[in-house]
Amino acid sequence: MLKTTPLHSLHVELGARMVPFAGYEMPVQYPLGVLKEHLHTRAAAGLFDVSHMGQIVLRAKSGDVRNAASALERLVPVDVVGLVPGRVRYAFFTNAQGGILDDLMIANCRDHLLLVINAARKEADEAHLRAQLGNECDVEQLDRALIALQGPKAEAALALLAPECTTMRFMDVRALTLMGAECKVARSGYTGEDGFEISTPADIAREIAEELLANPCVAPIGLGARDTLRLEAGLCLYGSDIDERTTPVEAGLSWAIQKVRRRGGAREGGFPGAETILGQLEHGAPRHRVGLRPEGRAPVRAGAPLFATEDASAQIGAVTSGGFGPSLNAPIAMGYLPTALAVPGTTVFADLRGKRLPVAVTRLPFIEPKYKRG
Amino acid sequence: MLKYTEEHEWLKLEGDVATVGITQHATELLGDIVFVQLPDIGAKLAKGGGAAVVESVKAASDVFAPLAGEVVEVNQAIAEDPAIVNTDPQGAGWFFKLRLEDAKAMDGLMDEAAYKKLIE
Repeated sequence: MLKTTPLHSLHVELGARMVPFAGYEMPVQYPLGVLKEHLHTRAAAGLFDVSHMGQIVLRAKSGDVRNAASALERLVPVDVVGLVPGRVRYAFFTNAQGGILDDLMIANCRDHLLLVINAARKEADEAHLRAQLGNECDVEQLDRALIALQGPKAEAALALLAPECTTMRFMDVRALTLMGAECKVARSGYTGEDGFEISTPADIAREIAEELLANPCVAPIGLGARDTLRLEAGLCLYGSDIDERTTPVEAGLSWAIQKVRRRGGAREGGFPGAETILGQLEHGAPRHRVGLRPEGRAPVRAGAPLFATEDASAQIGAVTSGGFGPSLNAPIAMGYLPTALAVPGTTVFADLRGKRLPVAVTRLPFIEPKYKRG
Repeated sequence: MLKYTEEHEWLKLEGDVATVGITQHATELLGDIVFVQLPDIGAKLAKGGGAAVVESVKAASDVFAPLAGEVVEVNQAIAEDPAIVNTDPQGAGWFFKLRLEDAKAMDGLMDEAAYKKLIE
């Protein structure tokens, strides 16, 4: 039996095609279609239901959020202690081999930390937090909705409900009142656009979504376009581009590991897989995630094997995400290559229906992000 | 004569050459088409064999040869602008023309009424 989100009835009324995703029945596209939904988000604003994602409150039993932060640092190679109230940071849970158990957002909400985690990893993450931090922290999975509003018109659209959102910067988090309800709003997203992710009480989520959608600039966007938007933005999908067998260094996520947790830092290591990850930060990793631009117009999909030459027999890597980038009007992909070949400008070959197709290694992201860093 | 297959293709027979494309219903299922790979002219196709590939934003799908025959013409316009398949699947969005080995085999395919019933 599939679960549903508080916006389920709205999706059906809007004519969405519903599909199973991570145990939920979710909208993959609306009548507008993936291509136009994607382009609308980049030109105006898109509203996404991401209520299937997990929202966990981590609260120190001592009552001091700093204790929760230092406890959480035992599970992530990220500076959580240095995350000031009102700010959000990207992080990942690691395992003893240095692999990634899940990627997440950590928000410092003054008296607690709010963690936003992947839908498919909810139970595993919650169990991990309870087992590792249960002595010092209370772990509570919230039953709230999560709405993402993304695109150049997102700020203006949200400002009609909460004018103070215009003063927020990229990766700020604030409690805002929307339609009379207390919401947690972060200026973040998964599209490469400016925008917001809005945690709302479940019972008012539909009203807030409808109010935002009443604005002609805002269109509902399904999971199909969510995937093409994040791929163009070079953002990882857990389970495809990163998993328990990829390290953050291999995945090109070293930027998320602050100096204070690296070798020589004040709080060096102290997370699962530290030896592997810190070693790779210093000496390099054997492979790297790269952007790929297939020649021609044929998309190269996840799973396609990669080869160094047109006739080489030994596979050297694989595509982990791939498809068509509507804003680039061209096929794009991401995948892993040995470090020596993971250099922009290199040409490798993908197997496409039995033929070798030249694929250019490129920098990520494919599009210039529009985050409001100001 | 216009006929349909269970794989959501249409065939229009003129003489012993059938023009082949995918149905409106198929394009609705696929969504926005971004790439089409057509067979080579002169290719001899067996019934049910792979003939073309269509890719939507999300996935790749095969187009199978609805009947046995030789490819005598392909629609280069849809290779250059795949969106034509979405806008006019049963007209300008045709895929290829097949000289049928046995034109009588058309009789075994569905007529429009039977196809409409299938997709109801």
